[in-house]
This record gives sequence, C-alpha cells and structure tokens, in this order.
Amino acid sequence: MASAHSRMRCGEFRTTYQADMTIFPTPLARRVAIGSVLLLLLAPLVLNAYYLNLMIQIGYYGIAALGLNIVVGFTGQISLGHAAFFGLGAFTSAWISNNSGIPVFFTIPLAGMLTMAVGLIVGIPAGRIKGLYLAIATLASQYILEDFFARADWFTGGSSGAMAKPFSIFGHEMYTDQSFFYVVLFYVVVMFVAGANLMRSRDGRAFIAVRDHYLSAEIMGINLNKYRILSFGISSFYAGIGGALFGHYLGFVSVEGFTLVLSIQFLAMVIIGGLGSVMGAMFGTVFMVLLPEVMEFGVYLVGSDNTALTQALAYIKEMAIGLAIILFLIFEPDGLSHRWKMIKNYWKLYPFSY
Amino acid sequence: MTKNQPLLKVDNIFLSFGGVHALREVSFEVYPGEVFSIIGPNGAGKTSMLNCVSGRYQPQKGEIAFKEKNIIGMKPNDRCKLGIGRTFQNLALFNHMTVLDNIMVGRHHLMKNNFITGPLYWFSGARKEELAHRREVEDIIDFLEIAHIRKSIAGTLSYGLRKRVELARAVALRPDLILLDEPMAGMNLEEKEDMARYIIDLNEEWGMTVIMIEHDMGVVMDISHRVMVLDFGREICTGLPEEVMENEQVKTAYLGVGFDDDIQEKSGEVA
Repeated sequence: MASAHSRMRCGEFRTTYQADMTIFPTPLARRVAIGSVLLLLLAPLVLNAYYLNLMIQIGYYGIAALGLNIVVGFTGQISLGHAAFFGLGAFTSAWISNNSGIPVFFTIPLAGMLTMAVGLIVGIPAGRIKGLYLAIATLASQYILEDFFARADWFTGGSSGAMAKPFSIFGHEMYTDQSFFYVVLFYVVVMFVAGANLMRSRDGRAFIAVRDHYLSAEIMGINLNKYRILSFGISSFYAGIGGALFGHYLGFVSVEGFTLVLSIQFLAMVIIGGLGSVMGAMFGTVFMVLLPEVMEFGVYLVGSDNTALTQALAYIKEMAIGLAIILFLIFEPDGLSHRWKMIKNYWKLYPFSY
Repeated sequence: MTKNQPLLKVDNIFLSFGGVHALREVSFEVYPGEVFSIIGPNGAGKTSMLNCVSGRYQPQKGEIAFKEKNIIGMKPNDRCKLGIGRTFQNLALFNHMTVLDNIMVGRHHLMKNNFITGPLYWFSGARKEELAHRREVEDIIDFLEIAHIRKSIAGTLSYGLRKRVELARAVALRPDLILLDEPMAGMNLEEKEDMARYIIDLNEEWGMTVIMIEHDMGVVMDISHRVMVLDFGREICTGLPEEVMENEQVKTAYLGVGFDDDIQEKSGEVA
C-alpha cells in the first residue's frame, strides 16, 4: 500500500523549506540531470572525433555564453565585448603556462581570475551608463583588447599567434578529443552548477533586482554600481575559463578568432537560449553550434554531386542560418529555455492542458 | 531611545527642480511608535518628502536626522541598513521574480553570502543562511496572508496582491521606520480594510514606526496618530487627526468645506 502510494504521486509535496530550496525542482529532474551527465561520460567511448569536437565546442562556448547571460540576461546590461574576454582567457592561460612552470591544470582558473580583473575594470563605465551607450562602451573594450592582442608580441605572439600547451594532469597529457572531452565536461558541470547556485543566492537575486527595477533595488539596500560592475567581472570570469579551454584544446591561439562577430554570436546564443536562464545559455549554444552543421548536412544531402549547386547552397546555408534565427526570435522570443519549461509543464499536467 | 526623542527629525527642508519648488521649509518630527500621515492635494510634495527621507532626492537645504544621525548625502542603499524601508506609489516590484524571491531581496542587507560563497552553496554555509532567512520571510508571508502566491511571478499578480507583496518586501528589510506611499490607492473597500489592519499590526505588534501618504481620509483619520498637511510644498498644519480636520486652511486647500461632518458620519462604518 505504502509503496503504491509512493509510486503514484499526483504532485510534488514538500514539507520543509529545505526541500523547497533544492537546485533541481523535482527528484525526477535531478535524476535526469545526473543521468545525462553519466551518459555523457560514456560519449568518448562511442562517438567519433567529429561529434566529440562539436560537443567540446558546445562546452567551452556554453561556459562563455553563461557568462554573457549573467551580464545581459540576469543583470539587464549589454556587452558587445565578450569575445575579447574569451580571447583574453585563451591568451592568458597560454602565456602563463608557457612562461612559468605552472601546469595547465592551474592556469585555466588563473586565466579566469585575471580575465575577471580586466572585466571589472572594463565594467566600470557600466556603473554610470546604460543601454546603447553602454553597448558602445563595451564595443570600445572589444576593439581595445583586439588591438592589444595584435600588438603585444610578448603576450600573444602578435600576428603569428601563441602556442598553448595541452592540458595535463599528473603528467598525463590530454590532447586527444576523447580525453579533453572529460576536462570540458568537468568544467561545464562545475560552472553551470556554480551559476545556478549564484542565481539562487543573495548576489544572484541582487543582479535580477537591478535588472527588473533598479530604483527599488537601491531602496532594498543593493549597491547599484557594485552589482553592475560585479556582473561584468563574473561574466568575464566565465569567458576567461571558456577561452582558456578553447586555447588548450586547439593548442594554438590566434587573434583572428576573437572578433566582434564572435561577440555577436555569443549574444545570439543567449537570446536564442533564453535571457535570464542558466540552462538557456546551454540550449542557445547547442543551437548555434549545431545549426551550421545541420545546414551543411542538408547541403550535402541535396547536392553532393553537383558543384554549381553546392556552391549556391553554401550561400543559401548562410542565409538559412540567419533566417532560422529571425524565425526563432519571432516565434519564441523567450528562448529555448521557455519552450523547455512549456514542455515540462505539458508533461506534468498531461492529460489536462493547465 | 526614549519616547520623547524623535526617531526622524526633518528640519527646514528645501527641494527644487529648476524653477519648481517642490518643498519649502518643511519641518516635522516623527516619534518612535507613531503612525504619521502626510496628506495634501496632488503635487503638494508628499512623495518628494518621502523621497528625501529614503534618499531618492537630495534636498538643496535642510537637515534630516534619523536616530540622531544626519542622513543627508547618504546613499539610499545605505539608509536601509540604518533602518529605513519603503514602498512605492506606483508598483515597483521585481516583475520577473517570484513573490518569494522579491521578499528575499528585502533580506539583502541582512545576509552575508556573496558571489564567491553563493556558488559554493552547500559548502560555504550559504544554504544555511538562505534557509534561516527563508524562515523569517515565511513569517512575513504568513502575516500578510500571501502564502498561496509565494511561487507566482510577481508581474502576473493582481494590483491588490502586488501592493501586499510590496509591503512584504519592505517589511523584510526589518526597518524601524517604514515609509508607505499610498498603500491603499486603487483598492476596494475590503482590500483597504485588510491593508489598514496590516499597518496597525505592523505598528503595534512589529513595533515599526510608520510614515504614510494616503488619500483615503477615512483610513488616515482612523489609524494615524498625527497628520501633516502639505500644500504647494509648504507645511500648512501638523497635529492630531481631529485638529487637522478642524483646521480652516486645510479645508480650503484639500479636504473641502463641510468635510468633517461627512467623515464623522462615515468613520463609524469604516472602523
């Protein structure tokens, strides 16, 4: 009798505040999350390098996108310089590991912290200006950092780029896709859990308060300048970690990779995934990384043996990506995370509609 | 603090925006445990006065002392640590947050976890702290009878409920002085009566000193200990509700001639 009851639940009932404050809303959600991480642990055993490469890309871009979501989605500011911080993380980690005995294992978090320090400085204007003006100020930081990368030979190797050592742990070098996948997976889990925790604790709520109504946030005892600048710092930390992983994965860091286009792509990731949602950053990244691949595959299916058609399709592919993004913004302005929530609700309420 | 030391002492405040004199030579004192109402016609400077106390505006002249400490020039976010909380005339909730999170934001200055300990939730004591404050917040939720909406998104609630959530958020600051800007505007009779009861309970049971701006004279005269009347930025009368109702100048400026007969008839029902 008792076991039948425990299996046939008509809802989630919590009897303590503690049970009401868990990171996953339901035990099922927790099991699914842990299960999918365990499943991912098996991925390198079954998937080939092409798929692993895509997943690793999703990993490091996802971490950086979560950082951007903290500043754009949660704090309601705008940043057009995220790619520069991503690059700074990559160069910093490469530079530290090349110029000191510190192993890559430690240079990745160090790069995150250094990027955070730079982000805090660049974020200072955010305490004063908002909206489009802030967008232009962050654009300036994008160009300043890009210029710095191009000219600071001692740091970045200038136009020839910098070599980055492979990630190693206990003298064990992890340069294959199979092994680096685990490094990225570890960082993704840690950074996303940390991000979710941040957003449900004091400072995370303060960020959202600053976004939703800064005047009353100030009356509630929130120091606006501090939190506006801090959100840039934290966002840069995430970008730095993502960038460092990127650098050590490719083994080579070059200035061309961190242009404004990448900054815009990061913005697209958080908008498509869902502003102000931790998992949204991941959804958006998956979408943005996989969309070109899916399109490529479509082109391959349609016109693999017709060169003229293949060329034409290459352009159509680019346009189709743009079209997909536009359609997405029209039909799902709240992003993939909102759609995900609706699916969960549907599942929970089935067979009723509300 | 003794009863005869004022909790808040506003002295000769002068506030202008360009050529508009919003407040001129306004002085008043609020004593611990009082319900002090500010009334007056639209544009009289009532909200400006509250904004000076809560820190939104910096008056050009004059002094405001809270707990015998001059708070002119102090930032709004530092004032809540001293013990000043407020609600807004136009709703100012965090619309995309749940009711619970809105109220938790009110605990901000009482909490310690930060961007380093927060992400380390289980290992840094952040969870314990969140839990302790959650309990406090639940007391406020119970008191204001909003338990059924605690997980709702604030922006989706009805006007009356949002007003109540805003009050809850201000109470969560645990202020000694709470500033209420038109807490009953736009409410029906039942909601007004509820709100009046909450204000009385806050004052009598939670020991908060209240400064309230309100247009409903029935409520103002019933629950205030003292009333100040502003007109064109000047204080025209301060005193007990009965004294203010009798004052000829107040009748001309705001209440209207023949008002007191009216209200005395009505006040029987409202109470």
